[in-house]
Amino acid sequence: MKISPSKIISLLFFIFSGFYLYTAHQIQVFTFDENAAFNAKTFPIYLGYAGLVFSALYIILPETKPSNIDLKVLDYKKTITLVILMILYGLTILRVGYFLSTSIFLVLSYIVLGERKWIWIFILSFPFVAIFMYLLHGLLNIYLRDPFLQFIGIMG
Amino acid sequence: MIEGILIGLETAFSLKNLMMVMIGCFAGTIIGMLPGLGPMTAIALMIPITYGFEPSTGLILMAGVYYGAVFGGSTSSILINAPGIPGTVATSFDGYPMAQQGKAGKALAIAAYSSFAGGTIAAIFLLIAAPSLSKVSLAFRSPDYFGLMILGLTAVSAFSAKGHFLKAMMMVVLGLMLASVGQDTLSDIPRFTFQNMNLSDGISFVLVVMATFAMSEALTIIFKANDPTRVAKQISLSQLGSIKLDKTETKKMVTTIPRSSVLGFVIGVLPGAGSTIASFLAYGMERNFVNDEEKQKFGKGSVNGLAAPETANNAACSGSFVPLLTLGIPGSGTTAVMLGALLGFGIQPGPRLYQTNPEIFWSVIMSMYIGMVILLILNLPLIPYIARVLATPRTFLIPLILFFSVTGIYLMSFNNFDIYMMIGIAVVATILRLYDFPMPPLILAFVLGGLMEENLRRSLLISDGSWTFLWDRPLTLIIMLIILTIIGWQIYGSFLKK
Repeated sequence: MKISPSKIISLLFFIFSGFYLYTAHQIQVFTFDENAAFNAKTFPIYLGYAGLVFSALYIILPETKPSNIDLKVLDYKKTITLVILMILYGLTILRVGYFLSTSIFLVLSYIVLGERKWIWIFILSFPFVAIFMYLLHGLLNIYLRDPFLQFIGIMG
Repeated sequence: MIEGILIGLETAFSLKNLMMVMIGCFAGTIIGMLPGLGPMTAIALMIPITYGFEPSTGLILMAGVYYGAVFGGSTSSILINAPGIPGTVATSFDGYPMAQQGKAGKALAIAAYSSFAGGTIAAIFLLIAAPSLSKVSLAFRSPDYFGLMILGLTAVSAFSAKGHFLKAMMMVVLGLMLASVGQDTLSDIPRFTFQNMNLSDGISFVLVVMATFAMSEALTIIFKANDPTRVAKQISLSQLGSIKLDKTETKKMVTTIPRSSVLGFVIGVLPGAGSTIASFLAYGMERNFVNDEEKQKFGKGSVNGLAAPETANNAACSGSFVPLLTLGIPGSGTTAVMLGALLGFGIQPGPRLYQTNPEIFWSVIMSMYIGMVILLILNLPLIPYIARVLATPRTFLIPLILFFSVTGIYLMSFNNFDIYMMIGIAVVATILRLYDFPMPPLILAFVLGGLMEENLRRSLLISDGSWTFLWDRPLTLIIMLIILTIIGWQIYGSFLKK
């Protein structure tokens, strides 16, 4: 028997709702609030039950309109690479600095997606980020920590 | 009311705000034209920028973006049959055949005039209806608000689900669950924070919107690997043709616009309906109104068939501001994003907004009208140039969207945790979207979560823990009956009808 992906997602949501409900019950409320008509865990408990009910209904009832997706045409390689690049971007943005990490992220993303017009790749990365940073830092006075620019003496 | 209008005019006509409407309309048009990116994404991208402005200026910018994005969506519908937003799907039924016949310029002009007329007429309706509605809405109590919020969530789920009502309801619950993370507003007790300090203030609204729309849209486009921009490149400017309309075409539009405006506005006011339903209904209604000869032209390049949905979707945009400004309840996913932005400014929309922040209330209404004029002035002469944006290769477009998303959230929190959480939510949202789990109900629920809990708390405390508050008051009872009707209709449509 083949289980549809939507039902698997609903099953995962059912498990997640169960975990949410368990965690909701663990919320520590003030002693005087314990028997109140409404306290900090009332709403989350209802939500947990609602999640269980809706996901269970989806699992039990027949699918009226199954999602028709051809998994073979999906581009996993590029999507996963982009996600990894974003994680690396998040990892370096504070340590290396906004300018360098953003510019490198953009250059690599353009290349991953198949772009080979090098002039445009350059224009839409380093100079583009520099202008954007100037707008934020210079004009809007939004402080952007940048150890790299501080190291080479451009930023104070 | 006259005093309010003058306040609104004064605020809306300040140089800064006029600039914001212009920038908003222009940016919205460009973003809305790009397939897959709709007004919600456009507004989400603007939120970090608006936090640097006064609330009225920020809201004016977002309103401009909203209208611009709706118009931009029509452009891609007409030129490449790739609606930028669901609200412009009906536009492509007759707009694209017109473009194929070498009348793309004319089709874009009809869309521009219809959008302008529909939006303007609806802005006048809003001007008249909003103050009266805000007075009526003062009669609403906590149980009514709680009921209205459930109604909004149910209605949005019903309309956005397209046959996947249970999936939409799961998204509603997920949105409410995400909203429950952080300290309880009344007791300050931490909930679902797992001793992580980064979660104690809850999950940022901007983070969720950026992740579920901008970022996940970008990832979905790559994941699905279809490239509509390649089609766009095939359209040359010489194929756009004239943008001038003849007498017969103008005559047809004159009859279509008023009825589609009224229909669009009314549909827009209803929670959850929005521009998509309005445009489809207007298209269907128009087909019934025209003579047999014109009826045959529907789907093959009919002027009426193009003008009707275009008028209605813009009128619905204005209409959707009514529940937002008067009740504080967004009628659509887009206005839910705007509600989140307003809450970020520390402003609580609702009946009191009219009295406490009249400059915001009226300037938004006034700026809608100004936005319409600017949209027309800006877009008509720029049609040939705007069309070129459609040729932006996705190889540049996608990384730039991801960059703006990450930067947007980084500028708000300056920590990596939020970036990772945004990436995580975006990946989950991309998978969910792939299997038709709709995102608008999630956003609406996330925005309404706090307000819903607050109203449920008050209602339960007043009724001493009894759920009878749901039918004690006639108004609440009516709202609950409407909710049950919607749910019943969905069950009937999904299971019993087959």
